[in-house]
Amino acid sequence: MRTLRARLTPYALVLPGGLWLAIFFVIPTLVMLSLSLQSGNVVDGFAFTWNWHSYVDGITTYHNQIVRSLLYGLSATIIQIVIGFPVAYWIAFKGGSRKSVYLFLVLLPFLVSFVLRTISWQFLLSDNGILLGPLKSLGVLPQDFHILATPYAVIGGLSYNFLPFMILPMYVALERIDPRLLEAAQDLYASKVQTFLRVVLPLSLPGVFAGVLMTFVPASSDYVNSSVLGGTNTTMIGNVIQNQFLVNQDYPVASALSFTLMALLLVGIFVYARALGTEDVLEVAAR
Amino acid sequence: MTEIQAGTGVAETAAPGSQQVPAIELDNVVKEYTSHGEVVRAVKGVSLSIAEGEFFSLLGPSGCGKTTSMRMIAGFEDPTQGVVRLHGQDVTSVPPNKRDVNMVFQSYALFPHMSVWENVAFGLKRKNVDAAEIKRRVGEILEVVDLTGREKRRPREMSGGQQQRVALARALVNRPRALLLDEPLGALDLKLRQAMQIELKRIQRDVGITFVYVTHDQGEALTMSDRIAVMNDGLVDQLADPREIYERPATKFVAGFIGTSNLLSGVVQEVTGSTAVLALGPSDRVVISTETPVAVGDSVELTVRPEKITIATEQPAGDRSVVRGTVSEVVYLGTSNNYAVVLADGAEITVFQQNAHDSTITAERGDTVWLSWQPQHSYVLR
Repeated sequence: MRTLRARLTPYALVLPGGLWLAIFFVIPTLVMLSLSLQSGNVVDGFAFTWNWHSYVDGITTYHNQIVRSLLYGLSATIIQIVIGFPVAYWIAFKGGSRKSVYLFLVLLPFLVSFVLRTISWQFLLSDNGILLGPLKSLGVLPQDFHILATPYAVIGGLSYNFLPFMILPMYVALERIDPRLLEAAQDLYASKVQTFLRVVLPLSLPGVFAGVLMTFVPASSDYVNSSVLGGTNTTMIGNVIQNQFLVNQDYPVASALSFTLMALLLVGIFVYARALGTEDVLEVAAR
Repeated sequence: MTEIQAGTGVAETAAPGSQQVPAIELDNVVKEYTSHGEVVRAVKGVSLSIAEGEFFSLLGPSGCGKTTSMRMIAGFEDPTQGVVRLHGQDVTSVPPNKRDVNMVFQSYALFPHMSVWENVAFGLKRKNVDAAEIKRRVGEILEVVDLTGREKRRPREMSGGQQQRVALARALVNRPRALLLDEPLGALDLKLRQAMQIELKRIQRDVGITFVYVTHDQGEALTMSDRIAVMNDGLVDQLADPREIYERPATKFVAGFIGTSNLLSGVVQEVTGSTAVLALGPSDRVVISTETPVAVGDSVELTVRPEKITIATEQPAGDRSVVRGTVSEVVYLGTSNNYAVVLADGAEITVFQQNAHDSTITAERGDTVWLSWQPQHSYVLR
């Protein structure tokens, strides 16, 4: 009896989370997959017809937005690595006893809703707002200068909004590095730069990898930043999907686009993992 | 076994009696930290001179300043005062990567993302040694530490003893002028530790490099060292060879820290020539040498090693030092019997009696016994 219970316990533990995911992720995903292959309209109803046209139509019509989304996501991710790594490094190695305070500060923006943070960016970047207004009246910037509705605003917003997701995993990886490894490298004639390149960087790559996953995926499929900070030329695939679902109510095309994006991201992640991922990346870096 | 020739300077070691510059010198070195606004003096003025090719130990309890002293030699700590010299050159402000010494860290600090080979080759690569030479030297040193064939392993795939040997190889392959070892055997179990002690000593003889060994394990220090500096509270209490440290501890601290020792105190009763007699209890008579001058009426502390003491149930004759006490504990240890004897003044004395001839227990718990030893085995403590 006891052994049976002992054997069942792990399953019992995984059950609530498993059910949750099954109900709220797997089932809707399957429903969407089916929707993407249906034809019809909201008024007459939809029927399953193996209609691949939604994919073909979606991709031919919106390939610009798809490419743009991936590019914006990539740009934001790179900016976040550049901004986030030094922060994570500094907290991990120089944070001392105040590490948790600094981490809390990194997380502080999360206490404000995502949409509200983005709207505050709109306020900051508006054509005659707090930032641009004074610069324009001082003559530093021309009167018709604007940031809103440009890719810079959208990428800036994406970089800002997902930055903590980049910093946290990098911090965790850096924090786990035994400081004695740095001393050992120095003892073995490595300069500060060599110590960083040969020891710190390779050991932090798993964190960078996790950070990239956690920021590139949501940034590429985001629609809030583009709709709040962007214009007609910065429309991302997220905006298209949202529009197709909620405005045009063309569920098959919306679903097909969602699946296309998902597939692209999965392939991208897979390639990235193979190229940089787990042990291989470390081995490459050690050479 | 491959013969490793250490870097420049080591060749001269062979010439005995030649006037040599010490491999490592600490000249009145002080290290102060500020911790929570308070100045802590970890090292309070240590001067050491370690000879080329010597196996030198820094021994002491945790917090005595031994690790800090070593880290100042390696360059990880800047001395607050004083000078660190390597082969006569002042390196006090030279960073660790420019010092020709290598360290074996307490927890090995092997690079987890590199194979054994890459770990060992790390230092040579940083020194831009050419690839063929790196290959040859790494191969050689892996043979010395008996790890040939495991070049591709990751540190975490190896046992503690193997990791230890990788750490040793990683340092030795650079042929440093001195090797610094910070409690390198602390993480190993007893059997492996004892095997590695012998192994380390063998490697040190093979490569002829100066070893500076930090440990809190007095047995380890006594077994391996040519000389030992016993440190206590930021100062060197005694610097001598193991025999001297054990047989003639200079301070109460050294006596207590090294081996088991018995502390006795008494008042000088009479001084005759080179000896003095102490009064302890009514039927006690302890003879000490007057190497350290004493006068009648002085209060003196002395130490006697447990194995120097003979236990008897009758009062022994002759000029031996004698004290009387009551057996409070008898422990049979196989190779010896271990007695705890309480003296009239309450002091507890430990006595080891070898099972040389037969294992008869001389005395039982509660017996009154006489403990005696040769006068030269009493050491007066400063």
